Amino acid sequence: MLEIKNLSFSVSDENTGKEIIKDISLTIPDGKLIVVTGPNGGGKSTLAKLIAGIEKPTAGQILFNGEDITDMSITDRARKGIAFAFQQPVKFKGVRVIDLIRLAAGKELNISEACVYLSLVGLCAREYINREVNASLSGGELKRIEIATVLARKSMLTLFDEPEAGIDLWSFGNLIEVFRKQREEIADRSILIISHQERILNIADEIVVLNSGEIERHGSRDEILPRLIGTPAAVQNCQGVTEGA
Amino acid sequence: MELNNIQSYLLKEIADIDAGTLTGAYNIRSDSMSIGRQSTENVEIVSKTGVSGMDIFIKPNTVGESVHIPVVMTQSGLKEEVYNDFYIGDNADIEIVAGCGIDNCGSHDSEHDGIHRFYIGKNAKVKYVEKHFGSGEGSGKRILNPVTEVYMEENSTCEMEMVQIKGVDDTERKTVAELKAGAKLTVRERLMTHNTQRALSDYAVSLNGEDATADVVSRGVARDDSYQKLDLRITGNAACKGHTECDSIIMDNGKILAVPALEANDVDASLVHEAAIGKIAGDQLIKLMTLGLTEAEAEEQIINGFLR
Repeated sequence: MLEIKNLSFSVSDENTGKEIIKDISLTIPDGKLIVVTGPNGGGKSTLAKLIAGIEKPTAGQILFNGEDITDMSITDRARKGIAFAFQQPVKFKGVRVIDLIRLAAGKELNISEACVYLSLVGLCAREYINREVNASLSGGELKRIEIATVLARKSMLTLFDEPEAGIDLWSFGNLIEVFRKQREEIADRSILIISHQERILNIADEIVVLNSGEIERHGSRDEILPRLIGTPAAVQNCQGVTEGA
Repeated sequence: MELNNIQSYLLKEIADIDAGTLTGAYNIRSDSMSIGRQSTENVEIVSKTGVSGMDIFIKPNTVGESVHIPVVMTQSGLKEEVYNDFYIGDNADIEIVAGCGIDNCGSHDSEHDGIHRFYIGKNAKVKYVEKHFGSGEGSGKRILNPVTEVYMEENSTCEMEMVQIKGVDDTERKTVAELKAGAKLTVRERLMTHNTQRALSDYAVSLNGEDATADVVSRGVARDDSYQKLDLRITGNAACKGHTECDSIIMDNGKILAVPALEANDVDASLVHEAAIGKIAGDQLIKLMTLGLTEAEAEEQIINGFLR
């Protein structure tokens, strides 16, 4: 279980400070799939980075299975069981797909064991396993490899930052299947997905709407989803904005 | 052939060979002496007269054979200049494994300057692998100054893998290649320097015939207080294609100078160069840390991959 208590995060420039996350409290129980949604710039990615340890909060506390991990490094959080799928996958010259999957799994998987994870994300494993994770791969391929590495971790809590970004329509169906399957096999593990996609929202147990760094709504899918559809947050956001402002 | 532990270790590092099971043509040079040599029906190895070194004759149409000519040095203070010439017959397809390992436990500098010349016949294919390696705790430097000259006839192919991973204090590498029509040269160089090591690598490739192609890629990692200079020049004298790439990771107080150069003397020459120097990207480290690696482990994985 992940507990976020009164978490805040600010960035400061020369003159002013900007609060990206404002005093958020949120619990992600075991065995649940939570989707965090909301307008761009609302703080969703920052929240995921704060949980993974990539950003450090300016105030508040994060507890993972009862242990305070607020000051813990990225590495230690990963070892405790937090995995993070980047919105924009990182490229590496010379590092192969098999190397990344082995590092993610934390053991010497053989080729066929590693291929299972690629097949899960709809990649023909034989074609990809020995390729370098570099710019020769398309955005969609990199994204699926990113998701495969995270699945290989089999973590207690897995964070996906906009997994649909860069994925083509054909592959998107596969991706939903991956999450649906994860959802079925979740047991006591939990998944947090940042997404704008209705099809992803549709498989959530709970939905959190994050807007301007604050939790606007949080509840079960049945409670939140009908209220989201047909009321585009972007339109609401534009209310009160005048031209040239 | 009797080998001591240091000789065996160096041979394993530079040529991945176990002298006891070596097959094909070979010459093993240790402390300026040939300690084992074998010619085959198609590959003849003959000592030069007047200078130190060998002539290696590979008969035309020889296919699937290999030649190993590793050099090891274990005596501190030894300095040698060795000339090896390879005559590769038309249509041959051969692998040549060279390399030098220096173990210097003494206070005097040890130096091996290997001058390799390749005369590659028409339609012949050569794969050349050269690894340089240094070990030993002595204060004497381990110095390697290889000169490689490649002369390629029509439609020949040469793939060169040149690696210096560890322990070489000072190196000045010079590679010259001249390609006739349809010839194809591929070079993959990898250089790692530590401490106060210095590595200079200079390539001059001339594409002299129609459809000659060259792809020269040098990857380097300069750590600690080391210095690297990479000078990659391709000259296009015909309708040809050339690509050079100089890609370096800089760490600690390392210094790197990359000097890519292109010269086109024909309107149909198509030449491209790329050069990039930078430290390890922060997002690469973060990604590997989210997989449970420490920062130091992540750094090691990134460098190992980069220099693979």
